[in-house]
Amino acid sequence: MTAITTTATIVEAAAPLDGRQPVAPLLERVRASREFGTNVYSTIDVLQVLYQRVLRVHPEAVDDPDRDRFLLSKGHAVAGYYAVLAAAEFFPADWLDDQGGPASRLGDHPDRMLVPGVEIGSGSLGHGLGLGVGSALGLRAQGRLEPRVYVLLGDAELDEGSNHEAITYAGTTGLANLTAIVIDNASATHGWPGGPAARFVVDGWTAATVDGRDHDALHTALTGHDGNRPHVVVAVVEPKEA
Amino acid sequence: MRDTFVDTTTALLADDPRTALVLADISAALFAPAAARHPDRVLNVGIREQLMVGVAGGLALTGLRPIVHTYAPFLVERAYEQLKLDLDHQDASAVLVSVGASYDRPEAGRTHLSPADVSLIDTLHGWTVHVPGHPGEVAPLLRTAVAAETSAYLRLSVLSNDRPLGGDGALQVVRDAGPGAPLVVAVGPTLDASTAALADLPVTVAYTNRPRPFDTAGLRDRAGTDVILVEPYLAGTSSRVVSAALADRPHRLLALGVGREELRRYGSADDHTRWHGLDASGLRRSVLDFVSPVLH
Repeated sequence: MTAITTTATIVEAAAPLDGRQPVAPLLERVRASREFGTNVYSTIDVLQVLYQRVLRVHPEAVDDPDRDRFLLSKGHAVAGYYAVLAAAEFFPADWLDDQGGPASRLGDHPDRMLVPGVEIGSGSLGHGLGLGVGSALGLRAQGRLEPRVYVLLGDAELDEGSNHEAITYAGTTGLANLTAIVIDNASATHGWPGGPAARFVVDGWTAATVDGRDHDALHTALTGHDGNRPHVVVAVVEPKEA
Repeated sequence: MRDTFVDTTTALLADDPRTALVLADISAALFAPAAARHPDRVLNVGIREQLMVGVAGGLALTGLRPIVHTYAPFLVERAYEQLKLDLDHQDASAVLVSVGASYDRPEAGRTHLSPADVSLIDTLHGWTVHVPGHPGEVAPLLRTAVAAETSAYLRLSVLSNDRPLGGDGALQVVRDAGPGAPLVVAVGPTLDASTAALADLPVTVAYTNRPRPFDTAGLRDRAGTDVILVEPYLAGTSSRVVSAALADRPHRLLALGVGREELRRYGSADDHTRWHGLDASGLRRSVLDFVSPVLH
């Protein structure tokens, strides 16, 4: 994939779905003429669908105990995340202009203590799903049955064994208020023969594997849980460049 | 100590709906009655220690107060990055309760020895560390830890002193040799051997079951020139704290505890206490070597 093609794809994909600030210009403000890795572009569509059509979260109620939780486990996919959060007005867009600077709250990995709307600090791979399982259990134990926990991972991140501790436990115990989202850009060094979803399904999860650029397909998949079991959405995008 | 922990935790789960317990199979049978009463708050994740701590972090993020329990090396060493990131980095907190200590079950070999646990916890910020010296100290320490908002590590052992000592973790003088005398600080189960070793020597013996935060004010009140630490985990674990507390005074420090060398020997816990020089005669030998030039 050439750089030009990538940019064109992103501007098209990042078009706003409602009257809020367009995401693409915000992403450009974060980018500030640097080259982004393909991981930024691999997640942008899922993030837009989540924040615009799925998650019950609001900038004025970031501590509402009944909010949905979105946990970005692959914390390096941060530029699109910041752009989407700024578009949804969780923080002022001018924070984007100094991302990573000495006075910035926006690092190359997100910190929940520094950025409104960010549920976990991440960066080291393999931590989000365990935290998500704990969050789902904590909500259930308190009788909060409406909010749902969404955790976004990458297919290469699934290499980390900690994920498989969480996948099996959540599946075999029927943790119904948890959704995992795997961005599959075929970047796992040794691959996942049969696809990432198979690792979840064998433990009792429901699964949907969809085109990670198709917003309607993503929306259907992200709202496709059956209420009895955890759900995984595998969003397939272009393979990561070698 | 483990039985007291089980009883107290079972009571806490019944009394406070914020309390949760996360297990990784160890002690699960002992908590079966609690699990039957509180299935949503007694969570055994199986033999999955990374998940155990991650789950604790997630529970804390939703407002619960998790107690996390397994064997010391699996709780602290195997899941160390989860402690650092899933608890501390998230500004989430939990109460960790371990069994096994440095060498409670030496016949199991190196895999079940955890002399470095307190040192590892000490790399984190703001943790309280409790090392009870008697089963009778466990319940109040656990209740205090769970009632607090910060993270705590409660280190249980099969080794103990003959009698419990109460207190809030401040240094308690057990034997007072007067101003200027060498000060022995015995942590947790090392107290009885320390007092037996030094009964006829002009040294002050003080006790604590809370090495973090260390009672530095009490230390400064009591310390003369010579300070001797006796700790049931890695020797020197609290040296930096004592040195910093006394930085403005000339002082000498002897730090006794479990050695770093892997002994590759089985035997009993008492054997290991002796091999590490933490029995009464070993302690007496070390303390005499250290203070003799001063006493004479």
